[in-house]
Amino acid sequence: MSYILSLTTFLPILGVLLLLLIPRESKSLLRSLALGVTIITFLVSLPIMTGFETNADFQFVENVPWIAAGPFVMRYYLGVDGISLWLVMLTTFIMPIAVLSTWTAVEEKVKEYMICLLLLETGMLGAFLALDLFLFYIFWEVMLIPMYFIIGIWGGKNKIYAAVKFFVYTMAGSVLMLVALIYLYFRGLEAGFTSFSLMQFYSLNLDPQTQTWLFLAFALVFCIKVPMFPLHTWLPDAHTEAPTAGSVILAAILLKMGTYGFVRFAVPIFPDAAYRFTPLIATLAVIGIIYAALVAMVQEDVKKLVAYSSVAHLGFVMLGIFAFNQQGITGGMLQMLNHGISTGALFLIVGFIYERRHTRLITDFGGLSKQMPVFAVIFMIVTLSSIGLPGTNGFVGEFLVLLGAFESELRWYTVIATSGVILSAVYMLWMFQRVMFGELDNPKNQTLKDLNPREIAIMLPLVIMIFFMGVYPNPVIEKMDPAVKKLVSQVKRSNPTAEAPSAMQGLPEGHPVVVAPAASSGNSVIPAGATNTDEAR
Amino acid sequence: MDMITFPTIDMTPILPEIYLSLLAMALLLINVFMPGRQKGYLGYISFVGVVAIAVMTASGWGIEVSSFSGSVIQDKFAIFFKIIFLLSAGLSILLSDQYMEREGCNHGELYPLILFTVVGMMLMACGTDLMTIFLGLEVMSVSLYILAGFNRANIKSNESGLKYFLLGAFSTGFLLYGMALTYGATGTTRIFGISGQLSQMAAPAANIMLLAGMLLMITGFAFKIAAAPFHMWTPDVYEGAPTPMTAFMSAGPKAAGFAAAIRILVISFPALQPDWSQLFWILAVLTMTIGNITALRQDNIKRMLAYSSIAHAGYALVGFAAGNETGVAGVLFYMLSYAFMNIGAFAIVILIAKKGETNGTVQDFAGFAFKRPLLAAVMSLFLFSLAGMPPTAGFIGKFYLFSGAVQQGYVWLAIIGVINSAVSVYYYLRVMVFMYMKNPSEEFEWATVTAPVALALIISAAGSIILGVVPSYVMQFAQQAAKLI
Repeated sequence: MSYILSLTTFLPILGVLLLLLIPRESKSLLRSLALGVTIITFLVSLPIMTGFETNADFQFVENVPWIAAGPFVMRYYLGVDGISLWLVMLTTFIMPIAVLSTWTAVEEKVKEYMICLLLLETGMLGAFLALDLFLFYIFWEVMLIPMYFIIGIWGGKNKIYAAVKFFVYTMAGSVLMLVALIYLYFRGLEAGFTSFSLMQFYSLNLDPQTQTWLFLAFALVFCIKVPMFPLHTWLPDAHTEAPTAGSVILAAILLKMGTYGFVRFAVPIFPDAAYRFTPLIATLAVIGIIYAALVAMVQEDVKKLVAYSSVAHLGFVMLGIFAFNQQGITGGMLQMLNHGISTGALFLIVGFIYERRHTRLITDFGGLSKQMPVFAVIFMIVTLSSIGLPGTNGFVGEFLVLLGAFESELRWYTVIATSGVILSAVYMLWMFQRVMFGELDNPKNQTLKDLNPREIAIMLPLVIMIFFMGVYPNPVIEKMDPAVKKLVSQVKRSNPTAEAPSAMQGLPEGHPVVVAPAASSGNSVIPAGATNTDEAR
Repeated sequence: MDMITFPTIDMTPILPEIYLSLLAMALLLINVFMPGRQKGYLGYISFVGVVAIAVMTASGWGIEVSSFSGSVIQDKFAIFFKIIFLLSAGLSILLSDQYMEREGCNHGELYPLILFTVVGMMLMACGTDLMTIFLGLEVMSVSLYILAGFNRANIKSNESGLKYFLLGAFSTGFLLYGMALTYGATGTTRIFGISGQLSQMAAPAANIMLLAGMLLMITGFAFKIAAAPFHMWTPDVYEGAPTPMTAFMSAGPKAAGFAAAIRILVISFPALQPDWSQLFWILAVLTMTIGNITALRQDNIKRMLAYSSIAHAGYALVGFAAGNETGVAGVLFYMLSYAFMNIGAFAIVILIAKKGETNGTVQDFAGFAFKRPLLAAVMSLFLFSLAGMPPTAGFIGKFYLFSGAVQQGYVWLAIIGVINSAVSVYYYLRVMVFMYMKNPSEEFEWATVTAPVALALIISAAGSIILGVVPSYVMQFAQQAAKLI
């Protein structure tokens, strides 16, 4: 058994123990140590990516018994597949950047702050890697605690309101998931299973009504986390009040928990119900895209604008996932990563100017490009990537999502959603124009300094990733492809109308299908090769 | 002339009770004859005694002995509960000295009284005869009335003692009536005998006298465990009683009430399970909801924890209503976890408060975290555990309680339970908001943490964490103990 997943997950906790030994006065030591731990975690996680074999199986699996009492058996069961691989890598990649971004932004209670960040990293990695649903639930909940403190202690004016709202919203959703989980376990017990293992739940043949209820319970919590309209109201508050690193992590990783939850749990465990609820989810996703874009347009606060743009972007992700075809889900997955990089970068940028001017109101700025040319270039790249300009990462994901959705039953939803792309260009570029161009008339802005080397070092990896994923996304797509195909087949299996029934009968009953019967065998998701998967619909 | 021959009696089931009583009486004598106002050393003696008796009690695990013609029993169920009682007593003893010194109480009698309370609770857990259980309940209650009013100089403590006494006496009446009617209907007070009689009855559910007896007993126990709508005494009594005793009352006697109620209902009245199960369904929902909703509005931390303890009794009732092994094991595990986390939280309340029980509001926690980071972290641990956040004992406990309900088909009960649990998060978070997110209002004065209090905090924190991360062993014990029939 390889222990690399555990090592990656719990290295930050080791860091916490080290941090506890350091006196709170030596702030720079605390910062360097936290940075060191996150960088080491990133380096340790690299072999997960390089050693990952391109197939649909879970790899680097660790599976040992943990709790066994009464009717329950919980296992410490970790594993990574093409879907979680990139989210894990995104997490370990973003964390050093987040720590580095707090270098001068957080001066008080540095020790506690770093501890919270590291605990959060463990929680997030664990949630992405857990294959035992009980274990997943533990990590899922554990994640809440440090984030609650990050918003509540180091946040802005309304921090307490935002922190409590964040906590209570998420908690309210997740407790219902807990009941669903317990119910699911007892259903599994009837079928002769004795664990919370994901694979066993995949192979449960639940009747449609049960699926409906359980899906609703799971979907509620994931919808809150994504967040889907109309459950998104905690997000603008949390984002606006959180310190920069908090916003970055929240946007880049925590929101992905929701979409990941759909891809990993809600959809494949309850494929039938997921299929039936598609119109509802797609409607909410499209409303989210348009509504959030319109709201973003009129925001006066840059950070709030970016927060609303998150809601719109994740609407695209949801649309892609619920297209239930190769391109849609691949696009959704890519868009999750892209949103992590672009929106993470946007929040960092907002943090830079906030640190300089202690305001985030668009009207306080104008003409910054003259004073801060390097900043202007980076900001422009990130803005374009967020809009989805070809050549940047945003384009690939968005295009695949729209393509997949258009070819599925969600054609008309896609038509409306596409207008969201235009709207995103409107609000992003308009904001960029008002902040960066025009007259440098505010005297306070005339003395602003351009980015310092540390800030450039923070942004550089993100900018590189923006171009890399925009120009050559294939390595990423290649590794997630088999897992996505498996997911597509899992949904199709329960929904024979979408697929020729003859193709289904050859599949072993009760086991996850590895290869989609009708999908093209290549790794490419170029539309021409993959359309045959979905034309049957 | 023949000598009077005593029947040979196996004392094993009540040996812990006997030793505890002897220890308590010895302490009373020491208290009288040893000079000095400072009676802290009595606390050490009683703590060591409690630990020793706990070890002795635990060593009986797996050996089932019934004696006194079937009125007491030593089984895993009794032993598990006895450990909970001894634990809560031990922790409260550790907290008492610092508090009583601050309040200026001469507290020599405190420790014997705590020990007598434990004797009563133990009899409730190991009694298999209604009379034994009643005897235990009275020994426990009478000692508790005194403990609640122990701080004579404080008017609130007096009120607390009197209120507890009046309402407690009232509830005892209910319980006794219930037992009498049950005896009338079945002709026996042995709880195994009652179930035997019931199984011979054609339609036990139609026997009004029996039903009334069961209902009155449930009412009596509902008073003791502070289940709504019989919870009215709790906030006042908990607020007024000396804080270590509040901690003790919320953990020990509540568990004792559950122990006796579970044993009577599960063993004697399995024939009526559909009936009492439904009743507990309603009690559980009422108790959780009323407790949590009222707790939301409390500023006084002791009152808040009092209402929260009502809510926690509600969660435990969920497992009780399920009545299956998972649920009952959940109750056992939860009572144990609750002793750790709740007494721990009260320990911090004791440290925050000042003489005369001032400084006891949630607002007084403002800025605590950055003056005393370690203590605030420990308090957060207790609060998260009370709120049922993983990876703490409170989460695992709730998980099993609600699982029991789901397993029994009471999915809605579980849903109401978890929603309540989400509501409760708000008021526990509120304390943390003050600790971590507000600045201290004035210059912060802080009582020193004496060694016994530190020990109590370490034990409670370790318990809350260990039962949450590696609950297997203890949960297996609880499962074995829950196999009653």
